[in-house]
Amino acid sequence: MSALLEVRNLQVRVEEREILHGLSLTVNKGEVHAIMGPNGSGKSTLSHVIAGKPGYEVTGGEILFKGEDLLEMSPDERAAKGVFLAFQYPVEIPGVATMTFLRTALNAQRKARGESEYSTPDFLKKVRAVAASLNIPQEMLRRGVNVGFSGGEKKRNEVLQMALFEPSLCILDEMDSGLDIDALRIAADGVNALRTSERAMVVITHYQRLLNYIVPDFVHVMSKGRVVKSGGKELALELEESGYARFEDQAA
Amino acid sequence: MNVALIKPKTGEAASDVFARARDRLPGKGPVAELRRAAFDDFVQKGLPHRRVEEWKYTDLRVLLREVAPLAAMPDQAALKRAEAALAALDVSGAHRLVLVDGVFAPSLSASTSEDGITVNTLRAMLENADLAARADLLRTNATTDAMVALNAAMATDGVVIEVAKNAAPRRPIHIVHVATQSRAAAFTRSLVKVSDGAQATLIESFVAADDASAYQAHDAVVLWAGEGAHLHHIRLVEDARDAANISTAIVTLGARTQFKTFNLTSGAAVSRYQAFIRFSGEGAHADVNGVSLLNGRQHADNTLVLDHAVPHCTSNEVFRAVVDGAAHSVFQGRINVHPDAQKTDARMMTRALLLSDEAEADNKPELEIFADDVQCGHGATTGALDDSLLFYLRARGLPEKEAQALLIQAFVGEAMEAIADEALRDVAIATAERWLAARG
Repeated sequence: MSALLEVRNLQVRVEEREILHGLSLTVNKGEVHAIMGPNGSGKSTLSHVIAGKPGYEVTGGEILFKGEDLLEMSPDERAAKGVFLAFQYPVEIPGVATMTFLRTALNAQRKARGESEYSTPDFLKKVRAVAASLNIPQEMLRRGVNVGFSGGEKKRNEVLQMALFEPSLCILDEMDSGLDIDALRIAADGVNALRTSERAMVVITHYQRLLNYIVPDFVHVMSKGRVVKSGGKELALELEESGYARFEDQAA
Repeated sequence: MNVALIKPKTGEAASDVFARARDRLPGKGPVAELRRAAFDDFVQKGLPHRRVEEWKYTDLRVLLREVAPLAAMPDQAALKRAEAALAALDVSGAHRLVLVDGVFAPSLSASTSEDGITVNTLRAMLENADLAARADLLRTNATTDAMVALNAAMATDGVVIEVAKNAAPRRPIHIVHVATQSRAAAFTRSLVKVSDGAQATLIESFVAADDASAYQAHDAVVLWAGEGAHLHHIRLVEDARDAANISTAIVTLGARTQFKTFNLTSGAAVSRYQAFIRFSGEGAHADVNGVSLLNGRQHADNTLVLDHAVPHCTSNEVFRAVVDGAAHSVFQGRINVHPDAQKTDARMMTRALLLSDEAEADNKPELEIFADDVQCGHGATTGALDDSLLFYLRARGLPEKEAQALLIQAFVGEAMEAIADEALRDVAIATAERWLAARG
């Protein structure tokens, strides 16, 4: 059986600077992988390249998703295939009501997959159920996307989309940044509720703290654009004790 | 002055236009004299060009080159084609007044028998009104603009509407300009008086019959809102894509009036909408809004002059331009706060969204303030769609064009929110949606 996500020897440049120098990562369905590393190690670059953000030049290696060449796909094609990036800093979109955005996005994905679009009543029923489970009030859904949302509300809105779009691969980019413990717990509970044997997650984080709430199956340590060490969840605790310095030496 | 070197050529061509049109222009005696004087004024000034400050970005000597000959009286075939064009209009349920090629068409106009509205044609008024009042129909002291003078000289028809004191007609009044002839010009002038305490909605549409091309629509509308009157005014410029539309609104607002005006330009190759809005009574408020949706080589100019001539009036201007292809949007907003106009609150915000490298937008705000206890503010921005927003939407599955469309709708939405009438707002939104769909 082929892996859900297969990153092979990925090399990525931004402008003239190489950020990833041959990164490899295999993620199977049902698995939760944590990627840890200091600032500037390339964690966010990896998440952006998987999601298809413009501005990155892939100079070597490949990314296969469900056996297909992900790098050949536009960001929207990737989303329709089941890639979901939960943004570190979700953007505010004034003038686009959250509800309109959710329906347009969900139907665009369904259309791309050749599925029928949701009728309005069916869609509303689905959104309301998911929103209720995440403690998102209806009033928030009528506002512009993320406009005036607190940090915690923005992250919950990302989890809401994750629940709604039902992706097979979720990449959580620094989900804990800007959240207090209570907000983090609500968001993490939302994510944990979405763990299934069919869905994989890649949790990118600087701190071990998040991994107390979203417990990974595997932990990878990134430094200077490579994975320098992989292990089980105990590796995260080890890191918390000793810091990243030891791994930075290894990468040098 | 080297301007004189250019002028005669344009003047000659125009002279010819006037001479050949004279039999068709209603009004004798003082009206004919006023037309002659207005035309002489136009000839002396010539078509406005880039060295005329108010026309700096819209050089009609380049964009229009000449004034087209007067359109012929519409015949039965023309009326038939105009009727087909009317069927495509989004606005329904209005008192419809139709001007075909600059001439009122009673057979295409719906009944206006509702209490409180009186409608006459400009032609009838110029020929039959009190002798002293006739020339006033073509006169204005709001501007000395050359194109307004040309309009006074050449106007063949229009509608003259009065909404009675305290009347509140249920249905909007809809003036529809239909062009059926190609390479010809129509000149119209309408006057609308909304009396004290009355409430009315006025819509102006500019459309073309199938295959009418390269025509010119020259229009002027004179609006009065009496004390405490409410006037909603909406313009929909949907002229043929190779046509020209040169329009002027002259607005006088009485005390405590509420005036909301919205201009939507999506048609015409070359368009200029100039509005001169004057507060003449205290405690009035004006919302002046507009959206231009442009592509190809379209050129659309919105030029507004707000005169805060009296104290305690407020105005808010919100304009949005979406510019694709090699199109060009011009917004000029001038606010004059007169010496006595204390406690004026005047705001102006204009934003242009450029969707291609060749798209162009000029924003020129001008504030001239002679009172010391006022609040005035303006802002102008020009930019492309935000890449980070586009990526967010695409990462959620929206193809590029759909992601752009959603952001463009949001961009124009703020200005469209100002349309108070829900049905008319839907008409504006539908126009924007059609425009977006046509982008492919």
